[in-house]
Amino acid sequence: MTAIKNGITAGNGAQATTTPAPLPKMSAPGASTAGVNIIGLVKADYKGLESTLCNGCGHDSISSQIITACYELGVKPEHIVKFSGIGCSSKSPAYFMSRSFGFNALHGRMPSVAQGALLANHTLQGLGVSGDGDTGSIGLGQFMHLIRRNLRMVYIIENNGVYGLTKGQFSATADVGQELKHAGRNEFPPIDLCRAAIVADCGFVARSFAGDPKQVVTLLKAALCHRGTAVLDIISPCVTFNNRDDSTKSYAWGKAHDERINDIGFVMSQEEIRVDYAEGETKEVELFDGSKIVLKKLDGSHDPTDKQAALRLLTEAHEKQLFITGLLYINTERPNLAETYHLVKPIASYQQDKLRPSRESLQKIMSAMY
Amino acid sequence: MLRDYTAPITAAPRTPQPVQETSASPLQREPIVNDFAITVATKNGSGSQTSNAILLRALFKMGIPVSGKNLFPSNIQGRPTWYTIRLSKDGYLARRETTEIMIVLNPDTILEDHQNTAPGGVFMYADDIKLPVRRSDLHYYAIPVKEMARQHESDPKLRTYVANMVYVGAIAQLLGIDLNEIEAALMFHFKGKPKPVESNMKVVRAAAAWAAEHLIKTDPYRVERMDKTKGQIMIDGNTAAALGAIYGGVGFAAWYPITPATSLADALNEYLPKLRMDPETQAPTYVVVQAEDELAALGMVMGAGWAGARAMTSTSGPGISLMAEFAGLGYFAEIPAVIWDVQRMGPATGLPTRVSQGDIIAAYWLGHGDTKHPVLLPGSVYECFEFGWRAFDLAERLQTPVFVLSDLDLGMNQWMSKPFDYPEEPMDRGKVLTEEQVNATKGFARYKDVDGDGIGWRTLPGNESPYAAYFTRGSGHNERAMLSERADDWENNMDRLARKFETARKLMPPPVIEMVEGAEIGIIGFGSTDPAIQEARAMLETKGIRASYLRLRALPMNDDVTMFLASHKRIYVVELNSDAQLCQLIRLHSPKDAEKVYPANHNDGLPLTAHWITEEILYQETRH
Ligand SMILES: Cc1ncc(C[n+]2csc(CCOP(=O)(O)OP(=O)(O)O)c2C)c(N)n1
Ligand code: SF4
Ligand SMILES: [Mg+2]
Repeated sequence: MTAIKNGITAGNGAQATTTPAPLPKMSAPGASTAGVNIIGLVKADYKGLESTLCNGCGHDSISSQIITACYELGVKPEHIVKFSGIGCSSKSPAYFMSRSFGFNALHGRMPSVAQGALLANHTLQGLGVSGDGDTGSIGLGQFMHLIRRNLRMVYIIENNGVYGLTKGQFSATADVGQELKHAGRNEFPPIDLCRAAIVADCGFVARSFAGDPKQVVTLLKAALCHRGTAVLDIISPCVTFNNRDDSTKSYAWGKAHDERINDIGFVMSQEEIRVDYAEGETKEVELFDGSKIVLKKLDGSHDPTDKQAALRLLTEAHEKQLFITGLLYINTERPNLAETYHLVKPIASYQQDKLRPSRESLQKIMSAMY
Repeated sequence: MLRDYTAPITAAPRTPQPVQETSASPLQREPIVNDFAITVATKNGSGSQTSNAILLRALFKMGIPVSGKNLFPSNIQGRPTWYTIRLSKDGYLARRETTEIMIVLNPDTILEDHQNTAPGGVFMYADDIKLPVRRSDLHYYAIPVKEMARQHESDPKLRTYVANMVYVGAIAQLLGIDLNEIEAALMFHFKGKPKPVESNMKVVRAAAAWAAEHLIKTDPYRVERMDKTKGQIMIDGNTAAALGAIYGGVGFAAWYPITPATSLADALNEYLPKLRMDPETQAPTYVVVQAEDELAALGMVMGAGWAGARAMTSTSGPGISLMAEFAGLGYFAEIPAVIWDVQRMGPATGLPTRVSQGDIIAAYWLGHGDTKHPVLLPGSVYECFEFGWRAFDLAERLQTPVFVLSDLDLGMNQWMSKPFDYPEEPMDRGKVLTEEQVNATKGFARYKDVDGDGIGWRTLPGNESPYAAYFTRGSGHNERAMLSERADDWENNMDRLARKFETARKLMPPPVIEMVEGAEIGIIGFGSTDPAIQEARAMLETKGIRASYLRLRALPMNDDVTMFLASHKRIYVVELNSDAQLCQLIRLHSPKDAEKVYPANHNDGLPLTAHWITEEILYQETRH
């Protein structure tokens, strides 16, 4: 066959274009101006492209909360890999952190792509955005298997109870009996994706509300420091198709009914814990990188390390249509996928010297085949 | 045209009339040496696979060219299964339609097996099976299989396994197979463990002794040592493919169990831990994932290939169907991936344990909306190995999914081959920009055709340059990977992809061509039918027909194919499928030649025979 040229051949000065692409704006390194985070970046370094979603869409507020969380945590944008499926929600990774690589996959198939990419390079941090249709219908199987394998990544479901991008059909998280102008009446009970996640042995399950930035940001930070798959089911109103006040996925409903099961504080690994709660009222959970979650129990005093309690709580909330938010379940013990595979260096970093076994080894195998 | 057939053409009703296939006349006494087929009829799950493998290897080690073909049901236990070993002093490895030596342990198929034994052949059977009638043109040998198994094995559950060694011993004695080679084959099979070798050999020896004492040989069949397998290896295509992938640096493999592809992933799992641990860290340089389905398997491969690992999956037809959407994404988002399709018989579940070449069109165009893929077509276990590593070079160079089409016959049966050559070409990792290169580049544009070959430069996640990242998507995009619905961006991108496909045409392995001077007809084939085509050409030659041969090794086709078409009056396209798929592709490749390209396709689930090809071409030639 025609010989293939080896390796990187032409000098890539050849990349010089006639129409230069706009480069991401960067803060001056080391500038100790106000607004600089621990790795020297300003918030603008975490920005994405301008959103094309509807004005007021819940997904946009989640995007800005992602920016805030990553900026405040001081994660290097280049260390994040964004993933998504298909939907309005899945478009949103284009609207935050342009300096992070992103893979907008197929409808419902974000988990498989994320698993491949993050097994190829397990030193990167995955951040996935999906929708309730993307996760709860077409992607339910991959969602469960991702969790089962415990890939280290944050999995955000921007849950609006409808298929936004295909114009308002009911999704599998819509309430039974709900009526919408175009979609008609929904006859089937919703799938609670948090319950599903716990059933699949997810080690980090939380629910929140796009209208509660503080809680979302705190949960995101903790999720980014979690050892395995962290699922955040965030009610994210679709202002165009499902925002009537009587809809459990609307802003009004969220504001009126949001019942926090715990108050969460997040303490980065380098920070001192400043406990502003009285003793006995808090619980600390140490995360993968040494960061800590400090939980203040509220009235119901839910213990998020108790799986059965989490399932009971969710079942009750499901039956009574209660909107509970907070950290539902946490288990930091399960090894993640890269640990299960005993990965040390990124698979993708290996070159021919380590990838192609020796000539002698082939000889040996051949001699056994005679 | 001049036609000079030395024999009348008998093919009109296309029933298997012998074209010099079986050399025996009824009850002939002249010895027939190293030129016949043995078929063993058993039930699946009875352990006969081991004994058949032993017979095959022993003959191979005696220097006789052999091939073994397993005809098995889609079932785990108790259904009829046949194993055919062909010995060919002339080195022909294709399946034959006739079998001279029939060994029957399964009473359920006795009638058809009896009927299917060639005149003059041997019928060896377990003596507890009642023969309904006797043919006057066969040599019968009844073997006390059950009785001997009882003597050697007290556990009734293990007796069926022992029974298999009884026929090995008896047939070895009858044909003259060296018992030392049987023992060596057992050593190979049991990886040198002395206990099972000894217990099996005990049965083999006892059966051989019994046969020596009680059977009077009346048949003419013999084996004799030759030196025609010297330096050759014996291996199945799936193991060869897995080894090829390992020497090609596979970093990530995801798969989902399916016959006949499963043993490819099994071989990866067997060899990778031995060959691919990082000596510095003791950690693996690879990951193999058993996915939840084929759709997820290709999704994972997409992710891994995108992130810079050499990524592959292996499957069969139904899995290919599930992979369609991702294959299209891979084409459009330009992600390297290697997809092995070990073809079986479809549509639908079809005949999952039978061979076919019915996926060639599906693989070539898998995906919606103007998707097309480079496809490699290995024609031997040697090429399964070679394309195993080469596929990664092509996928990374071309930044696209590359299919490799094997099939059940090539993948699961044992084949003789010259030993595999170590890949001499350094790995081609394609166009990847490092951090420094991105920083030095004014405006990285992922999909810009900088070099004129349709292939852009890519960056990999983990590249720390703040200018390296881009957003990979299946939706319309411009050179800078930005979402775009502009008509000109769309057209420019598709034009570039078309240019890239032309680059692929140049990089794919060219066909192997054997031009016969003055030949009016040419045969085109691909994959596992190669041995049958080779043999058919020899048969045709005895009928006065000389045929050139082009063995296609890849899609898209190149100018060699066009030239071959131009050089012959009639071209027969031999393939194992019902819709003459390659024939259709060739007609599309060169429409001006379409009228002289004829299908010679067959699809009954069995490996193609030289006999069928010869008859088919003879038959079609009468019409010109
Ligand atoms: C295989 C496939 N089927 C259907 C579609 C069409 N489709 C696009 S987005 C979508 C639903 C998205 O709903 P959701 O995940 O809830 O996202 P939202 O738009 O509500 O944020 C569908 C069905 C598709 N892109 N691919
Ligand atoms: S349709 Fe709904 S989900 Fe989509 S962008 Fe508009 S508001 Fe958001
Ligand atoms: Mg939705």
